[in-house]
Amino acid sequence: MARTDPKKDVVIVGLGWTGAIMGMELANEGLEILALERGPDRYTVPDFKYPDVIDELKYGIRFGFMQKPRNSTLTVRRGLDEVARPYRQLGSFLPGDGVGGAGIHWNGQTWRPMEEEFRLRSYVEESFGAEIIPEDMTIQDWGVTYEELEPHFDRFEYMAGIAGQAGNIQGEIQEGGNPFEAPRSRGFPLPPMKQGLDAQMFADAARGMGLHPFPRPAGNATAPYVNEYGMQLGPCNYCGFCERYGCLNYSKSSPQTCILDALRRKPNFSYRVNSEVLRVELAEDRQTATGVTYWDEEAQEEVFQPADIVLLCAYQLHNVHLMLLSGIGQPYDPTTGEGVTGKNYAYQMNGGTTLFFREHDFKPFAAAGSNGMSIDDYAINRIDFAAEGFIGGSYITAGISNGQPIRGISLPRGTPSWGPEWKAGIREWYGHAMSIGSHGSNMSYRDCYLDLDPTYTDRHGRPLMRMTFNWKPNDIRMTQFMRSKIEPIAEAMAPDSWQSSYKAEGAQYDVRPYQTTHNVGGAIMGTDPNTSAVNRYLQAWTQHNVFSLGAGAFPQNIQYNPTGAVGALAYWTAEAIRRDYLPNPRPLM
Amino acid sequence: MPLPDWKTTRRGFIGGGAAGAALGAMALRVEAQQAEPPSLTEYTPEFFGAEEWAFVMAACALLIPSDDSSPGAIEARVPVFIDLQMTGEFGAASDWYMEGPHDPSADPLLGYQSPLTPAEIYRQGIAAVNDWCSRSHDAVFADLPPETQLEVLTALDADEIELAPEIRDFFNLLLQNTKEGFFADPMYGGNHRMAGWLHVGFPGARASYLEWMDKPGVPYPLGPVAISGERG
Repeated sequence: MARTDPKKDVVIVGLGWTGAIMGMELANEGLEILALERGPDRYTVPDFKYPDVIDELKYGIRFGFMQKPRNSTLTVRRGLDEVARPYRQLGSFLPGDGVGGAGIHWNGQTWRPMEEEFRLRSYVEESFGAEIIPEDMTIQDWGVTYEELEPHFDRFEYMAGIAGQAGNIQGEIQEGGNPFEAPRSRGFPLPPMKQGLDAQMFADAARGMGLHPFPRPAGNATAPYVNEYGMQLGPCNYCGFCERYGCLNYSKSSPQTCILDALRRKPNFSYRVNSEVLRVELAEDRQTATGVTYWDEEAQEEVFQPADIVLLCAYQLHNVHLMLLSGIGQPYDPTTGEGVTGKNYAYQMNGGTTLFFREHDFKPFAAAGSNGMSIDDYAINRIDFAAEGFIGGSYITAGISNGQPIRGISLPRGTPSWGPEWKAGIREWYGHAMSIGSHGSNMSYRDCYLDLDPTYTDRHGRPLMRMTFNWKPNDIRMTQFMRSKIEPIAEAMAPDSWQSSYKAEGAQYDVRPYQTTHNVGGAIMGTDPNTSAVNRYLQAWTQHNVFSLGAGAFPQNIQYNPTGAVGALAYWTAEAIRRDYLPNPRPLM
Repeated sequence: MPLPDWKTTRRGFIGGGAAGAALGAMALRVEAQQAEPPSLTEYTPEFFGAEEWAFVMAACALLIPSDDSSPGAIEARVPVFIDLQMTGEFGAASDWYMEGPHDPSADPLLGYQSPLTPAEIYRQGIAAVNDWCSRSHDAVFADLPPETQLEVLTALDADEIELAPEIRDFFNLLLQNTKEGFFADPMYGGNHRMAGWLHVGFPGARASYLEWMDKPGVPYPLGPVAISGERG
């Protein structure tokens, strides 16, 4: 029998970055809020404390802070005709688990998308003509502009204590920053990180070729910092255990370091852990949600939690899964192109060139998640899509983020993977390799989407979500273009040898090697209920008291890491709810 | 087996004066810190049977061989690491989604699709390879001369020894776990005396390098430390 708990004003599903931001912003309005987190609670101490967290096997290899596929996973296929199989063991992407979510185990790279990315279809049509968009490419405008979001990017970056060098402040180009970025209202709250030898060498070579290197914007604090919530960050000590780990040093921007301790003090905010939301419950007329039903692990029972507002703040994949399970929005159908929920799943097209230098010791263990130098000379707004034959762009970057030996030691191609030559190779080359990577956009396509799997179920008996995704020629041409730009930089750096790894024609999606946890789309935002699942305020078109936060809203993937945009959209949505929705709950568009 | 001094062998760096003396003292402390565990020949595996243990020992010795300059998988006690992993959560696939239906013949790009746990793959994989060796060479793997063992591992790596689809990942699993055992914190039973970390120059759990960001070209002077506080 399901238990019914007393009604709340707001129920938040998932307590990561967006859940913590929404909790704080709406708690400040005096609302009674309950957040439900399916994983465990996590604090810097004891969960991330030294030396226990410096354990590559437990966290870097066995994924101690990630979701267990046994508890939650999905199925994957590469096309409409393939039978999807479960993502049984983590590989390609690593959704987080527990309080803080992926916000504890990210690297901290915090970018703003380009102005053009928010209105990508319009930009392409106006600049190059609609005819260059491939027939099966389903890119859309976001329905919100960079200009509208700028104050919210600023707010997120100052809340999170981002370290960087501005390149454009109110239209004035700043020396040493990214000259191609959209204008910022002011500079970063903290100065940029220190750079390793590899990043300095890359920046020197790029500068010598007339390119414009700048420090990667970092959610790794470079000085003591206190944010608007009174939360304190301490300067990063470059421990070399950032991505996949919680920060032992109170330096990495995360819900723990930036929000949660302040949020826990709000008497009108509470949260429950080990409480997995099973579905959003809809009113009989299906015009609103009445609350959520969750599984209370401790009590071993289902609980109905009534609420006036339901905020889906879980990871992108899980928000979409809940919407599909709950009947929020019409499920997308790739054969007709109709329906919206699950539409436009996209990923990230990355590639890289590895350089080997006998004479340089890069000390790869002395590193942070976000140190590194980047160039944006081949960004989305810098490329003639008609001339180059693709739509998209990448930032290009060098910056070693760790020297953990199990996760891999780069060896010159041809070195055996075991035996005496391997053993001699790892000794010779550990610390003597660096890479230049391209971090690129991924367009959306008619047959790349999310729906419910017909066969496999989870521990609650719910259908798993099914991902249909593969690499497409447009994006492969984009990454090959980046290769043609990176290899000359690599050659100019005169390494002993170098080798490239970029997706080539015919590349198939491989779920095994880690690629990136930048899964986007499926709950995309827009201004037309026929082509988007949520409106420009991330409000469900079909149930006006349901909002879906996070990167599920991206109609295609940007060329940058998503967290900056996820944070800005959260503050944008919080403002819309505060100013327009609470006084008069209704569809905001 | 004595381990190489961190600085003198690893980087060919000649430390002088106080620094050199400090390093000497550090090397002595290593020996004083922890008693040697039982030798591998006296170790009683928790998971593997005698024939399986002999296989794992022989295979690890070839995957990361010992040589004059540095220890290999055996000195690093990698087989102990693998044995302990098999009895734990990893061996039982306790984090993985293991519900059927299973299609172990699926395109490998779709990832792990075997119905078997890693522990079961070791058990069946070792039996299958020993069976193949017995048919081809009249002896189980561990009893073959090292050069023949090398040929068998090379053939396994190249998928030239046919294994049932359920255990097709056996060699990759063995190799991955062997490397893990060479580089994981010593508390997991391998990387004994931090042999793997010393071999490549990884300082383990030191985890604080702010001042080293401003010293390109200057080698990091300290050897590794383990989570237990043991220093190498």
